[in-house]
Amino acid sequence: MDSGTVLTRAGTPLRMRNSMKQVFTRPESLKDVQTHFCPGCHHGSIHRLVAEAMDEFDIRSKTIGVASVGCSVFLYGYFDIDVIEAPHGRAPAVATGAKRSRDDRIVFTYQGDGDLAAIGTSEIIHAANRGEDITVIFVNNTTYGMTGGQMAPTTMVGQKTSTSPYGRNQAKDGYPIRMAELLAQLEGVAFSARVAVNSPKNVMQAKKMIKTAFRYQVEGRGFSFIEALAACPTNWGMKPLAANERVGSEMIPYFPLGVYRNTANL
Amino acid sequence: MSEKLFVKGNEAVAMAAIEAGCRYYFGYPITPQSDIPEYLSRELPPLGGEFIQAESEIGAINMLLGASATGVRAMTSSSGPGISLKQEGISYMAGSELPGVIVDIMRAGPGLGGIDASQADYFQATRGGGHGGYRIIVLAPASVQEMYDLTMLAFDLSDIYRIPAMVLADSVIGQMKESLTAHPRPQTVLPAKDWAVRGREAGEPQNVVKSLYLGDGEMEAFHWKMHARYQELAEKESRWEEVQTEDATLVVTAFGSTARIAKTAISMAREAGMKVGLLRPITLFPFPKQAYEAISGNCKNFLTIELSTGQMVEDVRLSVARDAEVSFYGRPPGAGSLPTPEELFEQIKKRYLNS
Repeated sequence: MDSGTVLTRAGTPLRMRNSMKQVFTRPESLKDVQTHFCPGCHHGSIHRLVAEAMDEFDIRSKTIGVASVGCSVFLYGYFDIDVIEAPHGRAPAVATGAKRSRDDRIVFTYQGDGDLAAIGTSEIIHAANRGEDITVIFVNNTTYGMTGGQMAPTTMVGQKTSTSPYGRNQAKDGYPIRMAELLAQLEGVAFSARVAVNSPKNVMQAKKMIKTAFRYQVEGRGFSFIEALAACPTNWGMKPLAANERVGSEMIPYFPLGVYRNTANL
Repeated sequence: MSEKLFVKGNEAVAMAAIEAGCRYYFGYPITPQSDIPEYLSRELPPLGGEFIQAESEIGAINMLLGASATGVRAMTSSSGPGISLKQEGISYMAGSELPGVIVDIMRAGPGLGGIDASQADYFQATRGGGHGGYRIIVLAPASVQEMYDLTMLAFDLSDIYRIPAMVLADSVIGQMKESLTAHPRPQTVLPAKDWAVRGREAGEPQNVVKSLYLGDGEMEAFHWKMHARYQELAEKESRWEEVQTEDATLVVTAFGSTARIAKTAISMAREAGMKVGLLRPITLFPFPKQAYEAISGNCKNFLTIELSTGQMVEDVRLSVARDAEVSFYGRPPGAGSLPTPEELFEQIKKRYLNS
């Protein structure tokens, strides 16, 4: 195929005029594959921002990803990197073992809310407290996505899920956990921030934060944590646009965006 | 180069791990194995290694999983209650075909149990322990020297077969002091760890360490592959010790600390003119079936002795010739239940006279 010819998704050649400049491409760290995520799911956007950070620091070839249990388990299907699949909630411990044995590698985990904030609370808190030189991408969509929309530790009060059919009752089920703030209390944490990808402005801000998180690891500054608020239209029973709007109208007021700990500022 | 030392069994494990090239240890304190993390917390950092006292047994086994996935030799150790917690991680390691060494210094159970010697975790160790249907390599040392030798072997076998390996001892073997000849690791030819997750350089394939198989037939193919590997392991790696079995009309069979006591009892029986031998499995998985098959061709009378109400005896019964008789004598684990040589001699005498 001559240069200047690219294939569309359907595989038909698309001839580009030499004068046209390509301004938007797939990050090198992502594979050229179709997504299995549902329409309107935010995993794809978050994957892309993580891949862009890898490209930016040219660390793809030395990055080890740790996949968790849930929709995020297919990390290795999208990222063009070596990946270890961790048991449910254990990704920070797995990442600890990987990083300690290969301290010249960049190690990150990618975990959902059930994984990180319920079954894996012990692992996340202690990896953070040890100041493990890893980056954690925590995707909070207020539900267990893969298992079919059960109540998560981050489910909003009153939110109906398949295991809270009357809505989350704080008297019995407790309150949604704010992980970015919780981890910010730990001395071992170098960076903790919450982002969202529900608007272009928030995407740009999320990109900046994710880059900072990876930069801290590249610089060996310790544990960095990104909580990314995400939509799960399928399990919320919403259309993609409505789900995207819910992130702004319901989630952000309870889970405010921002930087909760930054050792550069201490 | 070999050195004669006088050390505890647990220390021998830690020394052997270092000699075997293990530089990564992840553990959690529990009696009667805490000498192992204590020793390695002191000795690994000066060697450039890493010691982590994990937040939990679950944390420790998953750190082992993560380190092992990058291709290094790594170890964890615990005792019954902690090993129970590690089972999730061991299952994932087995499912991910990851090597790694787990040391279990058995104590009495169930529950919190007690800290006295036990062999009641035989089933847990040899049947896989966790979910999903898998086996791990299980080695049963009966002396401080074997704690050293078998720990080294555990690393080699685990690397060769890509199956987690467990050193299964008890508090007697772990806590007692004996002479040890510390020797360099054997020069075993090991396969390259081309599957390890180390970062994907240009031109290298993507390595993924995983246990999720969703495609049609994938999971089934994995199981058949592992099944064949377990059979290969049984053929090539079964290990056992025989003492005076050639002319024996009664063969006592026991592993670990119980086998030591049985050995003394057998000497007493020989002195009394009884033709009694000992068959001591060293590998509990693979169980040395071939030794039982061979011996039961001539000897039809077996006595299994365990520090439990009977677990290994099931494997003995499955392994001997159909016309052989297998009897059992056991003491459940707990303070004061370790049998004396005299006690076992009486049991041997009783069975011998009936044979």
